[in-house]
Amino acid sequence: MERRYLLGNEAIAHAAREVPVDFVCGYPGTPSSEVVDTLRVHPDPGGYIEWSVNEKVALENAIGASWCGLRALCTMKHVGLNVAADPLMTSAYTGVRGGLVIMSADDPFAHSSQNEQDSRVYAQFARVPCLDPSSVQEAHDMMRDAFALSEDTALPVIFRPTTRVCHSKSDVVLGEMKTEHRAGAFEKDARQFVVIPAHTRLLHKALNEKQPGIRRLLIEKGYNHFEIKGKKAVITGGIAASYVREVLPEGISLMVIGAYPIDDEWLSSFISRHKEVLVIEELAPVIEVQVRELSGTVPVYGKKTGHVPFEGEFSPLAVEKFLISAGFLEKNIFPEPRQPDEVPMRPPILCAGCMHRSAMYAIRRIFPDSVYPSDIGCYTLGLQMGTVDTTICMGASITIGSGMAHSNTGKPVVCTIGDSTFLHSGITGLLNAVYNGADMVVIILDNRVTAMTGHQPNPVTGLTATGIGSPPVSLEAICRSCGAAFVETASPHAITQFLEVLKAARDKTGVRVIIARQPCVISDRRAGVKRKPYIVDTEACTGCAACIRFGCPAIVFEEEKARITDLCSGCGVCAEICPSGAIRKEVRK
Amino acid sequence: MNCRFDVLVVGIGGQGTVLASNILGEACVIEGIPVRGAETHGMAQRGGSVESHIRIGSTFGPLISPGSADLLIAFDLLEGFRARHFLRDGAPLVTSRSLVVPTSVYARSLPVPEESGIISALMGTRLCVVDAAGIASRAGSPLAQNVVMLGAASVYLPLSYEALLEAVRRTVPEKTRSLNEKAFEMGRDAGCNP
Repeated sequence: MERRYLLGNEAIAHAAREVPVDFVCGYPGTPSSEVVDTLRVHPDPGGYIEWSVNEKVALENAIGASWCGLRALCTMKHVGLNVAADPLMTSAYTGVRGGLVIMSADDPFAHSSQNEQDSRVYAQFARVPCLDPSSVQEAHDMMRDAFALSEDTALPVIFRPTTRVCHSKSDVVLGEMKTEHRAGAFEKDARQFVVIPAHTRLLHKALNEKQPGIRRLLIEKGYNHFEIKGKKAVITGGIAASYVREVLPEGISLMVIGAYPIDDEWLSSFISRHKEVLVIEELAPVIEVQVRELSGTVPVYGKKTGHVPFEGEFSPLAVEKFLISAGFLEKNIFPEPRQPDEVPMRPPILCAGCMHRSAMYAIRRIFPDSVYPSDIGCYTLGLQMGTVDTTICMGASITIGSGMAHSNTGKPVVCTIGDSTFLHSGITGLLNAVYNGADMVVIILDNRVTAMTGHQPNPVTGLTATGIGSPPVSLEAICRSCGAAFVETASPHAITQFLEVLKAARDKTGVRVIIARQPCVISDRRAGVKRKPYIVDTEACTGCAACIRFGCPAIVFEEEKARITDLCSGCGVCAEICPSGAIRKEVRK
Repeated sequence: MNCRFDVLVVGIGGQGTVLASNILGEACVIEGIPVRGAETHGMAQRGGSVESHIRIGSTFGPLISPGSADLLIAFDLLEGFRARHFLRDGAPLVTSRSLVVPTSVYARSLPVPEESGIISALMGTRLCVVDAAGIASRAGSPLAQNVVMLGAASVYLPLSYEALLEAVRRTVPEKTRSLNEKAFEMGRDAGCNP
């Protein structure tokens, strides 16, 4: 037993080692990434660890390991579960052998996501248990126990922490890491593992018959609990429970839900001992719908009555307001905060020397009046440069683009997608676009790493998750084998040459692929790559601000002249853009 | 221990707010005080505004409510100004003197914010302005500004000097240990009297 101050995801990773987990896989996605990242960089990683190319691939790998009797963990962000939904739904029918835990990290407020979907609904849909921690310590304890729960129920377990658990910190009590890993063995059983109609009908019935036992088991395990204090009750779950505990006045009962499905009889007996119930949960009304089914004549306040929103994340202040609006709290606990001051925004931006900025700049120059479908990665920040018109989900730049290319808008379609996103789910879209004769330009922004989520290696990097060498896959060969006739590679840092490649693509038809290859500037810095910074010759600078419009954070404008700060990483693109030739490499005397 | 003290650390992605949170959290563990924190990860941190909530003595959730922080530590003057509404009345803001002008200012041709203008706009806030960049350079590295700022703010914290210094030692990379100890102590000397 040891007490440490850890990030939620670090505590979750530690818990998996306490089991110990035998097989770990996943696809990076905020706020889930640090679990695998913590495990993979450990000097002795224990069991098998991989970054998979996407979430469906990851989950199927984990199911395979579980069917061989291993304890398997598969991590992803909430929208990754959409990609993995196909194996998820049927793995509930087949069940598991070794404990299988699917960590699907939700992101209320979409801090770093394209939507606010709720993984608890997936668990309900698939009819598998779901654990929803309210604190870092509970996240640790639930992860440690989830593998046994999976084996007890013979079902995959969805573990659903939210951003404010994954990226929270806390003092946490940790257990000992264990090292006794299982050896896999696959015992054949076609009636379980081959879901032909005759088998699956029986498996479906068996899954449904398991449900009452699961509900009772979760009560026995103590994940769901309550305290009776009065005639009014708050029912809450997940991280919202921690906010409720902070502001709940004396004399109000509290029920905290940490696991699903909730037992009807148990819930109903709690509700019937109260005169009013308020349900406080982030995102989908999962608890609330069940409470309403069972409430009889007891009034229930929550999302349906407008006391609690369906979207966004909560906070102690937000919960205070819900309690006041439902008449559960008389007056404010927190002071009425002053209005925030008017301060210029500081949104996230592409780094100084980031190749995405140069690529986007070139795209705007050569394809000025075009449609720009884009994708998910750092380059989504190209929105600020006017070269991102659509982003919906992983891989959808090429497919939304080919749909638009077949829609006779009369405008060129120029889409952008990163290396990891292309390998995740862009290849099938490219294959489809070529096969069906779309007329479009596909620019693969290949910075050799999955940068946005924290620089995880992927198949182009040349390394696996645990640092073992792996031949970097050729994007050129993939694109050509999909049938693309025009496949050219150039670095956006060599901006003049890159512009020429874009021009050549503009003058052709069909699917034209450009691989914009330049390692991520952060990876370069970590690898010790040094380039001389650039400086502005103030005599020659005319103050035209062409470099300022380029948007590099290393360029500032002072007294009508440009100046380059120490953020400069020496990409040199601004020197090529400057119409007066006033920017040059710094020469030390 | 029922002393509760909420600290908000703000800055720009890359300035080391996460390390600051780790040092404060470690100091709480050393002192046996419960602690909760929350911070910015993922794309949201690429050169943008970032914040770390550290709730010393708390067993609740990780988020500090606006108007109730007991201390605001800013690694960038403009970010301190941006987060001022988190402070409860009369609580101190310990801020670095320097600021990085957001690219949005140039992109939208807004007036360029300056040190003197922000400091006068902060009138009415209990203010401690620290030359973090200068002190860090004298301590041996401009990268130690975050530890300088923690040193300067340490006089306001309900954590002992010994626990904080030990937390600095345990948290920073080994080869920068003595540099960071020096930065912490120089920051503490430069801090304001509570």
